[in-house]
Amino acid sequence: MNANGSDLRRNTAAPAIELRNISKSFGAVIANRDISLSVAPGTIHGIVGENGAGKSTLMSILYGFYRADAGEIFINGAPTKIPDSKAAIAAGIGMVHQHFKLVHNFTVLENVVLGAEDGLTLRPTLARARKLLTDLADEYELNVDPNAVVEDLSVGHQQRVEILKALFRRADILILDEPTGVLTPPEADHLFRILASLRDEGKTIILITHKLREIMAATDTVSVMRRGEMTATLKTSETSPEQLAELMVGRKVLLRVDKKPAAPGPAVLEVDGLQVDGERGETALKNISFTVRAGEVLGVAGVAGNGQSELLRALGGISPAKGTVRVNGKAIDLAGADSGADARRRSGIAHVPEDRQSLGLVMEFKAWENMAFGYHDDPAFSRTKWLLDIEAMRSLTGVALNKYDVRPVDPNLVARNFSGGNQQKIVLAREIDRNPDLLIVGQPTRGVDIGAIEFIHQRVLELRDAGKAVLLVSVELDEILSLSDRIAVMFAGEIIGTRDASETDEKELGLLMAGIAGEARP
Amino acid sequence: MEKLHSVLAGAAALSLAGSAAVAEPAIIYDVGGKFDKSFNESAWSGAEAWKEEAGGSYREIELQSEAQREQAIRRLAEAGNNPIVMPGFSFGTSLSTVAPEFPDTKFVIIDMVVDQPNVRSVLFKEHEGSYVVGVIAAMASESGTLGFVGGMDIPLIRKFACGYVQGVMATNPNARVIQNMTGTTGAAWNDPVKGAELTRAQIAEGADVVYHAAGGTGIGVLQAAADAGILGIGVDANQNYLQPGSVLTSMVKRVDSAVHAAFSDGPEMETGIVEISFAEGGIAYALDEHNAPLISDEIKAGADSAIEMILAGEIMVHNYFATDSCPDS
Amino acid sequence: MTALPKWADVALIPAINLVLAFFVSGLIVMWIGENPLDAMTVMIKGSIGSAYGWGYTLYYATNFIFTGLAVAIAFHARLFNIGGEGQAAIGGIGAALVCLHFGWPHWTLAFPAAIVGAAAFGAAWAAIPAYLQASRGSHIVITTIMFNFIASALLVYLLVNVMKAPGQMAPESRGFPAEAHLPTAHEMLAWIGVSFPRSPPVNVSLLIAFAASALVWVLIWRTRLGYAIRAMGWSEPAAIYAGIRPFRIIMITMMISGGLAGLMAINTVMGEAERLLLDPVQGAGFVGIAVALMGRSHPVGVVLAAILFGMLYQGGVELEFEMPAVSREMVLVIQALVILFTGALENMVRAPLERIALMFR
Repeated sequence: MNANGSDLRRNTAAPAIELRNISKSFGAVIANRDISLSVAPGTIHGIVGENGAGKSTLMSILYGFYRADAGEIFINGAPTKIPDSKAAIAAGIGMVHQHFKLVHNFTVLENVVLGAEDGLTLRPTLARARKLLTDLADEYELNVDPNAVVEDLSVGHQQRVEILKALFRRADILILDEPTGVLTPPEADHLFRILASLRDEGKTIILITHKLREIMAATDTVSVMRRGEMTATLKTSETSPEQLAELMVGRKVLLRVDKKPAAPGPAVLEVDGLQVDGERGETALKNISFTVRAGEVLGVAGVAGNGQSELLRALGGISPAKGTVRVNGKAIDLAGADSGADARRRSGIAHVPEDRQSLGLVMEFKAWENMAFGYHDDPAFSRTKWLLDIEAMRSLTGVALNKYDVRPVDPNLVARNFSGGNQQKIVLAREIDRNPDLLIVGQPTRGVDIGAIEFIHQRVLELRDAGKAVLLVSVELDEILSLSDRIAVMFAGEIIGTRDASETDEKELGLLMAGIAGEARP
Repeated sequence: MEKLHSVLAGAAALSLAGSAAVAEPAIIYDVGGKFDKSFNESAWSGAEAWKEEAGGSYREIELQSEAQREQAIRRLAEAGNNPIVMPGFSFGTSLSTVAPEFPDTKFVIIDMVVDQPNVRSVLFKEHEGSYVVGVIAAMASESGTLGFVGGMDIPLIRKFACGYVQGVMATNPNARVIQNMTGTTGAAWNDPVKGAELTRAQIAEGADVVYHAAGGTGIGVLQAAADAGILGIGVDANQNYLQPGSVLTSMVKRVDSAVHAAFSDGPEMETGIVEISFAEGGIAYALDEHNAPLISDEIKAGADSAIEMILAGEIMVHNYFATDSCPDS
Repeated sequence: MTALPKWADVALIPAINLVLAFFVSGLIVMWIGENPLDAMTVMIKGSIGSAYGWGYTLYYATNFIFTGLAVAIAFHARLFNIGGEGQAAIGGIGAALVCLHFGWPHWTLAFPAAIVGAAAFGAAWAAIPAYLQASRGSHIVITTIMFNFIASALLVYLLVNVMKAPGQMAPESRGFPAEAHLPTAHEMLAWIGVSFPRSPPVNVSLLIAFAASALVWVLIWRTRLGYAIRAMGWSEPAAIYAGIRPFRIIMITMMISGGLAGLMAINTVMGEAERLLLDPVQGAGFVGIAVALMGRSHPVGVVLAAILFGMLYQGGVELEFEMPAVSREMVLVIQALVILFTGALENMVRAPLERIALMFR
């Protein structure tokens, strides 16, 4: 993957991008401090860093969303001002955002030309775009049906549309922000092939990711950011994941969690024939059956969008389902009058949802209000039948924030003002502190920095070691492998295979995630 | 009462600084607004006519909301205005509360009876006027289908409708009268678009003469009638000029002369109930150069004989208020 | 991210907005050839410069507190109840029925009964759009405004055909018996020996309005139900995750909202007119939206904004009276400017203020 065909060009031309002493602060928070970066043309340059390290701010400055407080930008050697994204496009910079900015009911072609129309009618622009699409399809394996409506495309194809959009605007510099989060391993490999051939054509690519594996596989050079500063820029071939992790966090990091062997007890969660209908009437979950026993972690792996969200929502009492679910041997109401999340909590299920910002927390609530969220009917929080005991809620929250290392320890701070990792710790503190029989947890470390990941993983394993059942859903294969005792892989709304964690590896799971079932094993 | 007055006088003196006129008459226009081309505007023109003739001046207030009725009456009375005229039945309740507080001030209310010694209640026999325009409408109609557009479905408007229907039926027993009301809020008195819509609907059902009793809404009624080449009938003021040649006649209710008379009579006026009809000249059907070609001799004769018979007591036009119901509708 | 301290948010911005509104109004007054300072003096003196002015200002404010609270509590559940007008009208029917159909020995008995009647009728009227929203997803903005028209049609029908006193020309119910009249400020203050002008209609309902404000505060910030309402308002998916049932919250919130709007009718129907009139709401339902916006949906803010709007109403009447050149429409324009600046154009002032605040960090 790490092609060296561009070595010749690399040393002769001026840098495609050069940032000199860029600084940016928001109020008292310094997001970028005196950052300098030079990216040679025709290379793939990776930027890694924890959440909040300042990667996104830096790229937003480069793409004209923010203006730097100080510093200069040079594009191909020329000093360039980028006050808005229009100027960025004019300077030949294209951006593929983590969350695609596509119009869902437009065709691929319409999306590609959107905002770049010239002339009174669309026809000439569309014709030009169509030609470009066919050319690029041959050249870079960037094949997408120009007439397909975007909402009918897979995420991998939608991402290609985003790349095509940038290329249509004649971008020579392409910034990709966490591009593989939604892709299967084969799709990610395909993306990296596309990027490599774009690089070989002379395009310059900046790849922002937190997956060290991808940095190693796809980039020529890599920069590490920590706390708003650029801590190192290295040749990819001369570094290692361990070194990068240490540079990101500032100390040695265990990339694998040490855990005791599991001591599984009786079944806590028994799921039999669970079925969920999707929004458009299709079946989102097809006849799912599995068991989670006390004292074990069952990991659910899979590419995002293969039914994991529906599984969590069905078990958490958020959306109705069909089939049978038993907790500690007692059947649960899945669609009736008592199918709400409150009933699930009463039956001993705690739920750390995939999306803490839209489900797990009320972002405008204070920490103490969020700490009771879902348990606000608990007598411990009530003064009378109607009134909440706010003092009790505040003091309990103070204790929990300390115990779960949430910073700052301020029960009156609004959830929005905590960092992503600390928000996640609030949710975990609330759910784990209830000492549930079963914890269902989705993407526990999404958007959480490496230091907090370690902490969160330890809390989950502690719960397991205390003899509780854990159902872990994650798209991060590393996380699944390091925490789970058994692993179920979901594909297209089904469990395509279940493996013992000790008897499988990334390769086998990757194939399962892509829908290629191996031989059946118990 | 004495103590109360001293308090009020104090308040009044405070707010009166600068306004020197003594016993200036005053008028309060209803929420519908002064220039509604109908009821309120008619009252305004009476006040203006008095101003020109007598050379005096008068105070006026346009209400912004229902809640201000009592307040406005009181403010004018406290300021020493006398008499105070209020056109519109909506003032009834407020006036019966306020009038006893100012026994030395004379009040005039139109379209409503307030039984107080210092109140003159002016009632128009709209049912009789409507009867006569009903006769005219029935004689002018070729289709035998007639329309009526009211503002709000309230007793006063039913009184208009009831008289009109009686006049139509007395002239042509086979006729049909389509009745519509514009709305259920005060906005119904000022919604010409809706008035035009209702009129077009009635025309579609075959109506070829449409009478309105809908204040400002009626402008739309007359417009729609003219546009469709049929005849409209105005109300309150003489509205023949609004669509010359297309307004058959107007049921003139001389609110202006009632206001004029009140202003002229001044603080020494006689109070009590004053009923106005054809005899007093306060109710009439309008005949001028704009509708002369439309009113044939035959129609004119029919209308005039109806008036005579009403005056002679040979025709008793049923008054909706008497029974809260209408015999022909 | 809000850069502004809390006091600026709750006090400074509204104050600047008000000043701007009055400045633009002043230009308009100047344009028609009157002195804007005189005009403002008339408005302020007329509304709060005397016991008489206060009496009217607070009477209007009572209406606006109820309708403002109604809108505010629905806002907390992110429901935009613009049906206060209709709910108050129906509440008026409830209050009138209670007053007319039972022989009350004394107002102290009639009053609580009428409160229950008005609130229950208002709540029932709000429950229909609430149900349509909660179970069918019909948008509450559309349904509540439609129900305003249905309410006024129903009111006219009842007044003309059912409740009208026989032989009465105006479409209004017969007057309530004297035992169902509420004491005005004049009477109540006389009990403690304070003299107050007799004519202003401000009455004991004002105290109920203050009590309602306090109760709404407790409800929103101190009860479990209020907690659920706010959670639902900030994020419906999160509320479902927490086991809060949107159907239940929508129904309860809208019924509380409708009940508060209905209570407004106590003031106009029982406190002032002492009979049911064609328009018992007097536009307060819509003013309530502006009041809730300006009061940031906080009961204290609602009370203050309601008093301000009461001042605008009362001051407007005085202005029209004292300055004949200032027509009714002009007064309306001034009132509209205040609503525009304080409600809709809030961000116009906020953004520059935040920039200034950041500069001094």
